[in-house]
Amino acid sequence: MSFPWARHYEPKNPLMKWVDERLPLPRFVYNAVGAGYPVPRNLNYWWNFGVLAGAVLAMQIVTGIVLAMHFHSSAAEAFNSVNGGIMRDVNGGWFLRFAHANGASMFLTVIYLHMFRGLYYGSYKAPREMVWLLGVVIFLLTMATAFMGYVLPWGQMSFWGAQVITGFFSAIPVVGEWIRVWLLGGYAPDDATLNRFFSLHYLLPFVIVGAVILHIWALHIPGSSNPTGVEVKGEQDTVPFHPYYTAKDGFGLAVFMVIYTALIFFAPDYLGHPDNYIPANSLSTPAHIVPEWYFWPFYAILRAFTADFILPAKLWGVLAMFGSILILFFLPWLDKSPVRSANFRPMYRIAFWVLVLDVLVLGYCGGAAATPGFIIMSQIAAAYYFAHFLIIVPIISRLETPKPLPNSITEAVLAGKSGSQASETALSA
Amino acid sequence: MLPLLVRSAKFLIGGAFIFVLLIALYGTLTAEAPTNTAEHEFHKEHKELALASDGPLGKFDLAQLQRGYQVYTEVCAACHSISMVSFREMKELGYNDAQVKKLASDFDKNHAKQPTYDPKTGDRGERGNTLADRFPHIPYSANGTPPDLSLIAKSRHGGGAYIYSLLTGYANQAGYKNEKGQELLKEFPSAKTPTGLFFNPYFANLNIAMPPPLTSDGQVTYLDGTRATVPQMAEDVSAFLVWAAEPTAQSRKQTGLAVVLFLLATSLLAFGAYRSVWAGVKH
Repeated sequence: MSFPWARHYEPKNPLMKWVDERLPLPRFVYNAVGAGYPVPRNLNYWWNFGVLAGAVLAMQIVTGIVLAMHFHSSAAEAFNSVNGGIMRDVNGGWFLRFAHANGASMFLTVIYLHMFRGLYYGSYKAPREMVWLLGVVIFLLTMATAFMGYVLPWGQMSFWGAQVITGFFSAIPVVGEWIRVWLLGGYAPDDATLNRFFSLHYLLPFVIVGAVILHIWALHIPGSSNPTGVEVKGEQDTVPFHPYYTAKDGFGLAVFMVIYTALIFFAPDYLGHPDNYIPANSLSTPAHIVPEWYFWPFYAILRAFTADFILPAKLWGVLAMFGSILILFFLPWLDKSPVRSANFRPMYRIAFWVLVLDVLVLGYCGGAAATPGFIIMSQIAAAYYFAHFLIIVPIISRLETPKPLPNSITEAVLAGKSGSQASETALSA
Repeated sequence: MLPLLVRSAKFLIGGAFIFVLLIALYGTLTAEAPTNTAEHEFHKEHKELALASDGPLGKFDLAQLQRGYQVYTEVCAACHSISMVSFREMKELGYNDAQVKKLASDFDKNHAKQPTYDPKTGDRGERGNTLADRFPHIPYSANGTPPDLSLIAKSRHGGGAYIYSLLTGYANQAGYKNEKGQELLKEFPSAKTPTGLFFNPYFANLNIAMPPPLTSDGQVTYLDGTRATVPQMAEDVSAFLVWAAEPTAQSRKQTGLAVVLFLLATSLLAFGAYRSVWAGVKH
């Protein structure tokens, strides 16, 4: 579907006309990301991150496919094939490896920013619930893919990370230990584990691509939201995606590439952990087992549950960790406020920024050693995380009196209050 | 009743998690503070070490790397392998083909050769190192497990500075005090270094199996005439091991400079394109 004023595809080139009549792929692309998709005219830079996530996904798949050509998925050879073969013998192998490892970090970074954009501007609300739900699915698939990818170089953190994460399943009563052994293909991570993780790590990105296609399809039914949260009322509220947003996303992509390449070429190990340059050793446990930075908030929630209360502490931790993500599936129904954008929701806006701070605190605690000070901080922050989604947001959405909304996007734009300028958003926030 | 239960499910679930967290918080607050360990109180952060290869534009100091290799082969290679480094890569240190061949054959004589296996006779034997080989594994049978040093600069917090600190950081445990003036053996009498280990506050658990490897000035006679003090030898071998951990680091940084400048220019052009496309559209 699209707005009635959406432009129609008229092939100018006879070849494209020939193709379009037999397989309307050019028309499909034109309507999806071309001039045939009308988009609100007031999107700010926060709306760049969807396209950026798509771009990193494509780059991850390309670098990953070439890396797989040089990787040996055996416990005896994996570490050597990465650190000896790819890093030293393959021409440009160091670039592929660093681009792929840091690409995972960049992917999760843009996904987090994209999600917080959705939280601030209420992008998860009707009629875009399905876009949000598919987004959470993509997030879960990405986390699984990133985790299994981190296991592949078979360093100390790879091995012990696999040990800890699969250990979560042993918290399930009765069948837990059986499930853990079944997942690993043995009593401890070894060849069987490494091979199945490699297989799944190659498969899941393509599942993510499928979910991304559904995500974009679902987005195109109601069309993009915008910083005012007011729906499109007429043609004057929109501009065609191409050339307007291709140009804006092109600029965003170029700036993103500067940051990404600076990381690859000047600080490729900054986000990694030194212990992963030690070959996996099942007899030597690292002093501090920490996951990659993008799992830190969830790791902090897991470690915050230190008390056995009816259920064992470990089971509470695992339930809470998975629960903290699963909550996001229910968000469209937890937040009943009809107003989308936090710009017009004074109470929700405060709650949003407290949540951002809370997640940063959780992340910091998750990366730190489990000393009592950090455990206390993560216990308070984890409690607030659940309170935000399950108690504060539902109550706020009933109590709050929103500010008056503009009648239309165009009215807001002409009044200079469209929220399209990043600086303005930051100031009003 | 049932609709009410469904509607309040969020409060019940949220309340349950928060309640359990508060119980856990109470437990953490009332727990006794963990007793400090000798490692916690007496482990020292690495010293500062400035190498030519540091920073986004740093380049390897080839003379220093050659000295560092000399320290490695004359001291460290008695026990430690660098089995991910290839002999051919030594050319990047500024040696020519003949010199690298000489290095490889010296390694045969002084340390180890490449293992061979003849499947027809079942004989196991050895052959000399060639440029196409990686450095051979160095057998070691005494106390401790000397780690392979190929990636040591990447696998320890602090990298080269850590190696330098460790090599120059051996101390006499008797009467050893930390910055706070606490005396180790008075605070933790049980932390006395066991026989066969050596006290080194830069090592994670304070006691390392490696005897002090660099003990006296002039232990190595540098070919380039540099005075071989212990700190000099420690710095040189640290620089060499930083190189060994990523021989491509210098070309990586140089490529990166070109890539980032190119992309900055691209960003400017893209910004111009964005502004010109949007000119006249209020947004």
